[in-house]
Amino acid sequence: MSATDVGAALPRAKLEILPALAPVIVAAVAAPFIGSFSTFATLTLASLAMGMMIFTMASGLTLAFGMMDILNFGHGAFIALGAYVATVVILPLTAWADADSVGLNLAVFAAVLIGAAVVSGLLGYVFERVLIVPVYGQHLKQILITIGGSIVIEQLLYGLFGPAQIPISPPATFHGSFTFGEIAIEKYRALAFVVGFAVFLGQMLVLNRTRIGLLIRAGVENREMVEALGYRIDRLFVGVFMAGAALAGLGGAMWSFYRGQVQASMGGELLVTVFIVIIIGGLGSVGGCFVASILVALIANYAGFLVPKLALVSNILAMVVVLLWRPRGLYPVGGR
Amino acid sequence: MNLLSHDAPRGWPLRLLIALVALTLAFTPFLFSGAKPLAVAEKICVMALLAASYDLLLGYSGIVSFAHVMFFGIGSYGVGLALYAFGPGWGPIALGLVVGLAFAVALALVIGLLSLRVQAIFFAMVTLAIAYAFNVLASQLSDITGGEDGRSFQIPEVLKPAFKLGELLGTPINGRTLAYYLVFAASAVLFLLLLRVVNSPFGRVLQAIRENPFRAEALGYRTVVHRTLATCLAAAIAAAAGALNAIWLRYVGPDTALSSSIQIDVLVIVVIGGMGTLYGSILGAALFVIAENYLQALIGQLSQGAADLGLARLAQVLHPDRWLMWLGLMFILAVYFAPSGIYGKLRRDR
Repeated sequence: MSATDVGAALPRAKLEILPALAPVIVAAVAAPFIGSFSTFATLTLASLAMGMMIFTMASGLTLAFGMMDILNFGHGAFIALGAYVATVVILPLTAWADADSVGLNLAVFAAVLIGAAVVSGLLGYVFERVLIVPVYGQHLKQILITIGGSIVIEQLLYGLFGPAQIPISPPATFHGSFTFGEIAIEKYRALAFVVGFAVFLGQMLVLNRTRIGLLIRAGVENREMVEALGYRIDRLFVGVFMAGAALAGLGGAMWSFYRGQVQASMGGELLVTVFIVIIIGGLGSVGGCFVASILVALIANYAGFLVPKLALVSNILAMVVVLLWRPRGLYPVGGR
Repeated sequence: MNLLSHDAPRGWPLRLLIALVALTLAFTPFLFSGAKPLAVAEKICVMALLAASYDLLLGYSGIVSFAHVMFFGIGSYGVGLALYAFGPGWGPIALGLVVGLAFAVALALVIGLLSLRVQAIFFAMVTLAIAYAFNVLASQLSDITGGEDGRSFQIPEVLKPAFKLGELLGTPINGRTLAYYLVFAASAVLFLLLLRVVNSPFGRVLQAIRENPFRAEALGYRTVVHRTLATCLAAAIAAAAGALNAIWLRYVGPDTALSSSIQIDVLVIVVIGGMGTLYGSILGAALFVIAENYLQALIGQLSQGAADLGLARLAQVLHPDRWLMWLGLMFILAVYFAPSGIYGKLRRDR
């Protein structure tokens, strides 16, 4: 090695391309079975929107796990909380939501999302400080405590809002679909895609272009080293945990519009999907989580169309196949 | 003492308490009259066995599984569907039991080999997903399983209430009493078997792996093999408990055999009773089932009181259906302040 190399940048880690292509491969394989092009396009576009929503919910969880080895089994409760907050926020704004004005409609939508994110984020702070801090470093207790916490939150939601489903619909502008020939895209899904993709871009910018992001990524790779360099990683972790909870709430609010109804059990159902996504993506990897969200959404939609009976099991099968191929997920992180 | 595998409860308060529970369960038909006490006692037996088998994983091996009730359900459905298809008789019960056990063990083997190689947390996530998918599958394949409605079926004549056997000590003995003793005896035998397992060299290795997997591996024990075997054994016992429960209920459906709320109940029982001690499961199950059946009425009165005072929201939060919330709070407090549960609190070593 000559002296001139000293100043040169470290070689970049090789980015593997094949795992990122997994969704494309799935789409290519499914296409001939679906037959009609317009159906295929409609399903694929719908999946992209669904994938973005799942990514919004899952990304914070995977980051928090990557940093502190703490997996929040109460994440589903934050998703449900976001959805309930959405129903509360939209109620006094019904006039604006029904108004024939794109601006007002968007304002309502933004207010709902911000409300859901803020409330979930604040609860996330309390949850972390009260429940999780005392059990840092104890896996078994973390699992038990976060489950206990999620039971309490879920039951409180039942208690405050009743066990019945609450209907909710997106603001007036986002009813109906765009149609291009025979391809239909629901307007709300397009909006959800835009929001979810913005969340992804925002996360990527923060993680790759800011000092905080640098520390977070370093913490995911090697927590002890970051601590040894004098950073208070537990403080950083609170921030990531809050952000994760806020994103869960945001995702829950978006999901409630998408499904048109809210009930406390949605948290548990979505938690399963979120877990599958972060396992497939590789625990701790945001990029892997993004690819896995799209993959899971595509498989769910294609399977729902081709073999409806298998739709709900298809994700598990996808997980098993991926784990047989890459036992630590699509993009494994650090020593995990 | 040999019957207890030289692992009797530590200290007189525990011995007294456990003897009290065991004797009450053994003589329930003679001590209480009516159907409800018998049903409560049966549930305590089944839940104690289920919780003990779960404790083999959670407490002794440090494995968190969310699919334990799935194996319970497999046992229930095995016997239930066999009786439904072939009519009452001991043949169908044996067939259902064998098929259910084999299926449960095979599934546990696959899940274990696939996901026990890595961290405990990974196993927890995978089992959660698999249990969820299994639930969905069981309600969707309604041609076979009866879907959400489940299946009611007939059991052999000897176990039905109509089968009269005369009186003993002033208590009428009928098929229902026999069915109870079937459940009680089978639970007791399987419990003693579990006690034998955890006090065997195999059980010691499991505890060593729980404490320090790396060191256990370095000493030459195959951690994956031991953990997978523990998972299979626990699955088999859970399936047996499920089969007993199905015979008692004469019904099998998602709510009684597969529901995720049973999984939560079992988790709560093990944690409150005391992780890493099988006797804790008996105490936890007794406390839990009695509270579930009798304490809910008390909470209902509190709720009524709040409603009378015009506090509608508070009344809603205190509603008896919300008792899971209080359980959740107790659960959290137990994990923090009494990680060894009731058993640990009452334990006297010398």
